[in-house]
Amino acid sequence: MSQALALVRGHTILALILLLAVFVLGIEIARPGTVTPLWISNALLFAAPLAILGAGQTLVMLTGGIDLSVASVATGAAYILATNAASGDGTALALSLSLGLIVGIVNGLGVAVLRVQPLVMTLGTGLMVGGAMTVYSQYMLASQPHVPAIIQTLGAGKILGLIPVDLFLWAAIAALMLFALHRTGFGRLLYAVGDNREACHLAGIRVWRVLFVDYVLCALLAAIAGLVLVGGTNAADLSLADVYLLPSVACVIIGGTSIFGGRGGYSGTIVGALILTVLTSILTLLDVPEPVKQILYGAIILSLAAAYARLTE
Amino acid sequence: MGAVHILRRNGGSRSFSHHLRAAGMPLLFLASILATLAIHRNFGAFDVQSLALGALPLAMAATAQAIVVISGGIDLSVGSMIAVSNVLSASLMQHASFRQSLGLAVLIIGLGAVQGAINGILIILSRIPDIVVTLTTGFIWGGVALLVLERPGGGAPSDFLEIGAGADLSPFLPNALLLLIVAVAVIWLPIRSSRLGLSLYASGSDSVAAFRSGVDPRLARILAYGLGGIFCAVGGVSLTMTTGIGAPLAGAYYTLSSVAAVVIGGVSLNGGRGGVLGPILAALLLTLLPMDLIFLNIDPNYGQVIQGTLIVLVVMVGGFAAFLQGRS
Amino acid sequence: MSAQAKLLLRVTGVAKRFGSVIALRAAELELRAGEIHALMGANGAGKSTLVKVITGEFPADAGEVTLAGNVTVFRSPAEARRAGIVSVYQDPALVPDLTIAQNMRLARVPLDAVRATMRELGIERLDLSRRAREIDYPHLRLIDLSRALASKPRILILDEITAALPADLSERVFAAVREWRRRGHSVIFISHRMAEVAALADRATILRDGVTVGVTATRDAEDKIVNMMLGAEVAKAAAAPQPRASAGIAPQAAPALELRGLTYGHALSGVSFRLGAGEILGIAALEGQGQQELFDCIAGVRRANSGEILANGRALELRHPADAIRAGLVLVPANRLHALLPQRSIRENVALSSLGTLGAWGPIAMRAERKRVESAVERLQIDKRASSEVRRLSGGNQQKVVIARWLAAEFRTLLCFDPTRGIDIGTKRQIYALLREVAGQGAAVLLFTSELPEIRLACDRAIVLFAGRISGEMPASEADEARLLRAAHGLAAPVRAEAPV
Repeated sequence: MSQALALVRGHTILALILLLAVFVLGIEIARPGTVTPLWISNALLFAAPLAILGAGQTLVMLTGGIDLSVASVATGAAYILATNAASGDGTALALSLSLGLIVGIVNGLGVAVLRVQPLVMTLGTGLMVGGAMTVYSQYMLASQPHVPAIIQTLGAGKILGLIPVDLFLWAAIAALMLFALHRTGFGRLLYAVGDNREACHLAGIRVWRVLFVDYVLCALLAAIAGLVLVGGTNAADLSLADVYLLPSVACVIIGGTSIFGGRGGYSGTIVGALILTVLTSILTLLDVPEPVKQILYGAIILSLAAAYARLTE
Repeated sequence: MGAVHILRRNGGSRSFSHHLRAAGMPLLFLASILATLAIHRNFGAFDVQSLALGALPLAMAATAQAIVVISGGIDLSVGSMIAVSNVLSASLMQHASFRQSLGLAVLIIGLGAVQGAINGILIILSRIPDIVVTLTTGFIWGGVALLVLERPGGGAPSDFLEIGAGADLSPFLPNALLLLIVAVAVIWLPIRSSRLGLSLYASGSDSVAAFRSGVDPRLARILAYGLGGIFCAVGGVSLTMTTGIGAPLAGAYYTLSSVAAVVIGGVSLNGGRGGVLGPILAALLLTLLPMDLIFLNIDPNYGQVIQGTLIVLVVMVGGFAAFLQGRS
Repeated sequence: MSAQAKLLLRVTGVAKRFGSVIALRAAELELRAGEIHALMGANGAGKSTLVKVITGEFPADAGEVTLAGNVTVFRSPAEARRAGIVSVYQDPALVPDLTIAQNMRLARVPLDAVRATMRELGIERLDLSRRAREIDYPHLRLIDLSRALASKPRILILDEITAALPADLSERVFAAVREWRRRGHSVIFISHRMAEVAALADRATILRDGVTVGVTATRDAEDKIVNMMLGAEVAKAAAAPQPRASAGIAPQAAPALELRGLTYGHALSGVSFRLGAGEILGIAALEGQGQQELFDCIAGVRRANSGEILANGRALELRHPADAIRAGLVLVPANRLHALLPQRSIRENVALSSLGTLGAWGPIAMRAERKRVESAVERLQIDKRASSEVRRLSGGNQQKVVIARWLAAEFRTLLCFDPTRGIDIGTKRQIYALLREVAGQGAAVLLFTSELPEIRLACDRAIVLFAGRISGEMPASEADEARLLRAAHGLAAPVRAEAPV
């Protein structure tokens, strides 16, 4: 038993995958015949935007930060895309990504240069973006928002009716993340800054540059996630990504990245995002009222994170 | 001799950003009052009253958040806790008498204490950081609020609503403001001046040193969150009092705004420093802003933008001062 | 005091582990009434852990603590305090954002009693309404001690209280400790400084790797204690080096490092010296005489107000540590925790310095990096058993990792700020041997150490700082403790600013 525990401690990712398998098995036992290729395909489709948000969140949490503006940025990017679709797909895409860029730069300036606590900084920019979008929407009432076909394909399309298109985007981002975190100087620096900012300074590292780029990347990933989301729903509204704020943080924590920085990685976040997606699916299958679903979801996230904290102590 | 030398050198000058934090909020508030008077020449008793009414729940939320932050935590479930007491009071008081309503209010405030304490206990038991736990419990309490009241509704006896709406002492001293003062004076001030209050500040400042000085940081944490829960419940009940109904989704606004008020009010998020006055003034300011915008015929939705900008500006100014100090 | 004195505290078979790290295996301790008892051991031997078990900061996994014949388990330091056991821990236990008076109220210690003990320690002029955050570290320790004394403990525990105290303040602590014994109470005294222990303590208990390996009277037992601390083999290997003869340094056209009239606020005024390649220059000073600022300025951590810093004859503009590192000036700071990434591997810690430039953000040449790191690790004989997280290493090994970082990179001048503070004798000697080796290969070394006798052993030449100025300069052969101390108190005539090399 203790040996098994030691094995799990050494390879926490295995424990996560095991948990995921248990969840999937649980569904299949409770409702035989649920787990089909189509179900798996849908799970991946829905997990992708969360995992992309989680990628950005992983980047900032590795440095000991957090980004609470990701939901507003994702929503904003989606809304800007839909309302500018008339001026051409390229323009609309550029505009919505530039929202991510701008918010990222502001967050980066605040956190990296002026050393504002990430929580407060991103809370502030999140409010700013959210409010600005509300005001913006009132000027856009006349126009007819619609989602470009290419984004719809990205967010909802499936190749051969089975392989979700957004899986390719996710896979590319995941590959980049894993390579960057473990094999590049930038990745090393994210861990280093998260572990001991002062030591990095003394070692001659310009910490602010690392953090600045980090927050810009996070906001850009949030904007991309917003695009995938709006492609999936095909309707831009101003609360599109609100429900993703908690899961974006939760999938990183469940995936084993320390909120204090310096420890963790993206592979855990991937499994974390899958676990949360499957959990949602289970709760939907259970056919309980929405409030109860919400309570259960929160309680399970909390117990998972607590179990993880005890396991890795 | 070295001792004397060191004593003299460290003799008392405090940092610029410290002064900024201490004096900033009252100045900002004064400026916004003056601006309001300039914009709205007829600003009178009625407006003071509606300001106090509008600001009451947020001021409570800000007080709750301030206490938690001072003790070294952060509570992102403030809004949901307010929502729970709001819908609970609105659904229970709907057909109650005035007296029963008062009893129910006390009961709900007690429940708020329990709710807050649960947050604290979960943080201690789970060993997960406050921010994650309360983000999640916020989700859970939000579900509870929806369970109690699925859509806006409920109510309270009119006598009860009158408590908040009137201005029995002076037209410029609305009951809502009195309620705020009484709540803070009765619940927070005695604690603050006791050793219990010291232990809250101590565990926020340095929990190891606090433990070695005889504080149980776990108890302090539960106490802080419990107090936070009490003020959230007072906020929720006063939301019922001021709006007349319960709304399960109304709470969301208060989570972010309470953090905003704490930050603008000059409480350090590192814990151990600050008080509740700054955050309360900030809450009044954040309520005054949209009112001013309406007077100016500007879309009040800008209020949220301004609120976000204010947070960012306030923290950036603090950071900028530190930045300049580091340079020199 | 007689050997038959009453047994006051007895610790038997105490064990404690943190995750995979075993801090204590079988600690034993017997404290008599009215004695000063030294607790000794190398870094990581478990001294502080034992103190924390005794005072209830955390529970032991096994073993017993018996106080005056009764088995006791304290659940918090407050409980221990009520039973008459009070510790002054290694890190100050005062809450930084509370005033001193509030801190006393928090700990339920009457202010009058604290004022009295502060008077005994000579710090009664300190304003009690100041926040602990605003008070410097040595005085915080004395306030901590005042608070401990004010609660009139039967057993007072001092965990390396003198480690960061200047000599004058240390003397006051010793006087207070002796007075406490005179009143019939007991003191457990932890220190790395053998001389202090010999002068102060009656008996010593020696811990090695979490096990009590011996108890001895301290008189004339220095060698015995060292042998017990290190184990016989290590002690032989780490035999003390001879004092260095004053090495004749060849005059050079451009010294590795030259300071001209360096001034920083009130802390440094007009400091000038030269440091040649291959030379080890020692800096001696009491606490807070500007040595910290001096090193920080040279390492680019702080910016000097005026004066010049030259490396190999080239004037430097140091705005960031990166500028200093590029010029070949690298810093080993006093506090290892300021330089290490505690949760990362030895490899990542050592390789960190190569990531300073934007160009280094790209893919890492993993094989070349491993080679470079391994050779530095081998050279320093770092214990690699816990290589995945450096926080699991002992203090000495951590310090070696910091030095290995710079060996793996390139440097011309090594700035070592008290590199052996709180490090056991074996590692200490290894580090000094390494500095000598580095200098032998042509690097320059600037070394500050708070332990004056070490200047003579490790350096070629010594400079003494007093109140931000150079108050003395001498070859190592003449740098005995008495001369250094005189200069450190500003008693010797100041030398000319431009000291001959």
